Amino acid sequence: MLIRKPSDIRPSEITSKENYLNRRQFMRAAAALGGSVAVGEAFPALIPEERRAKLEGVIPSKYSTDEKPNSYDDITTYNNFYEFGFQKDDPYRNAQEFNPRPWSVEISGEAEVTGTFAFEDLVEPHTLEERIYRLRCVEAWSMVIPWVGIPLGDVLKRFKPLSTAKFVEFETLHDPEQMPGQRSRMMDWPYVEGLTIAEATHPLTILAVGVYGEVLPNQNGAPLRLVVPWKYGFKSIKSIVKIRFAERQPKGSWQREIPSEYGFYANVNPEVPHPRWSQASERRISSEQSSGFGGLLAARRKPTLMFNGYGDQVAQLYQGLDLRKNY
Amino acid sequence: MERLNQIRFAWKPVVFLLCLLPLALVVGDLYGFTGRLGTNPIEDIQDRFGIWGLRFLVVTLAVTPARQLTGWNWLARFRRMLGLYAFFYVLMHFLTWLVLDQGMLMSAILEDIAIRPFITIGFAALLILTALAATSTAGMRRRLGRRWQRLHNLVYPAAILGAWHYWWQVKLDTSDPAIYAAILTVLLGYRIWRRRSKAAIAH
Repeated sequence: MLIRKPSDIRPSEITSKENYLNRRQFMRAAAALGGSVAVGEAFPALIPEERRAKLEGVIPSKYSTDEKPNSYDDITTYNNFYEFGFQKDDPYRNAQEFNPRPWSVEISGEAEVTGTFAFEDLVEPHTLEERIYRLRCVEAWSMVIPWVGIPLGDVLKRFKPLSTAKFVEFETLHDPEQMPGQRSRMMDWPYVEGLTIAEATHPLTILAVGVYGEVLPNQNGAPLRLVVPWKYGFKSIKSIVKIRFAERQPKGSWQREIPSEYGFYANVNPEVPHPRWSQASERRISSEQSSGFGGLLAARRKPTLMFNGYGDQVAQLYQGLDLRKNY
Repeated sequence: MERLNQIRFAWKPVVFLLCLLPLALVVGDLYGFTGRLGTNPIEDIQDRFGIWGLRFLVVTLAVTPARQLTGWNWLARFRRMLGLYAFFYVLMHFLTWLVLDQGMLMSAILEDIAIRPFITIGFAALLILTALAATSTAGMRRRLGRRWQRLHNLVYPAAILGAWHYWWQVKLDTSDPAIYAAILTVLLGYRIWRRRSKAAIAH
């Protein structure tokens, strides 16, 4: 059920913390007791606010890879999130003060239901799933990350998109006070990304709210980020505050900055090189390789797979599309 | 003579060892003695060697202007060593890419050098520095005579290619390469200015 919010005031601000928690416990109990719910089946998600808090009721997914995930430290200290700086460890260093609550997301555009919705109302009706995905950065490194999230398609469905909704556009929070990288004019803020409606509603596409069974750390896009595992990492936009159903193809931030290097689709494709580097191979990085010369030799590049290895599931989305032109 | 011996037997070894510190830190971090290399160790090593190569190039190019401006002629005694260290770190940067990053996969390496402009210019800079290092001995200097200076003026194009290689490789934030470009502009500008004013005096 979607409760349209008349204002930005969240229940936690009017209700005492104790009662607020009671409400959440009540919701969970109600879900667990709901007669038709089979034993062991998950209940609606409850996302705690505390850092590194455990997420409960997370179910495994058939879409997970059985490859070995990177360590929690690798995942949370090495990534691109230019809102917090341009170096790989800047997000980790500069995002610690960031406060991702209260959080709301504005839904607009070609849909029957639009408005501003609290993060909790957006996420909590859904069942949290662990999705262990490969992540391939456009810079030719890759990791394996155990995300926790919900299928984006299930969320979008609740807003009853119109037939004119051909694309979905996402926008990151713009708050230079909290996001020091945004004080630089290096990029035209806020960060924007887009998907076709078919990509957005594909079962592999998720809104992630956690990693390693815990609440999503600030530096990885708290409280809510996109994960599209067959596309280069920059498509998976972080700290989302706006979702818009669009008739026309939106332009992503990188596409706007350097159109000759970054396209709308940005599907992982070993046959289409980036103008400045090959995409034919990648390095599966890990700090475990940093243990002497032997570790370095073991870190050798391996071939990159079409659609990052998710071709069986997603290739049909692009039938008849020239992927060289639509890079 | 006393002074020359002091430079040769005391200061040169000290500077020699100091210049080895970046390498020692890479090795120390790799084995966890001095720190850590981070999540992408090969990239970390490659970046560190590359940046030290560029730093040593800039420092080498600053020797002559610094000597002329301060009158400290003994600075010239360190120029060859600094230049050879520039070559050494650039070579380590290249070898890291060749062996650790590309795993000696020749087809990929040749493709990169041939069609990726930022790699092409980086490789060109390495070739120039190799020629300069090979002709850096006193014997080669004597043998090449006047041509030696002409050849070694190529250190400027090498440095410019190096900074350009750095600039081109960055995704968006060009502030660090811009610093090197600015320093090189000043150093090159100083030489042009000095040559012009000398020519003016001669007339």
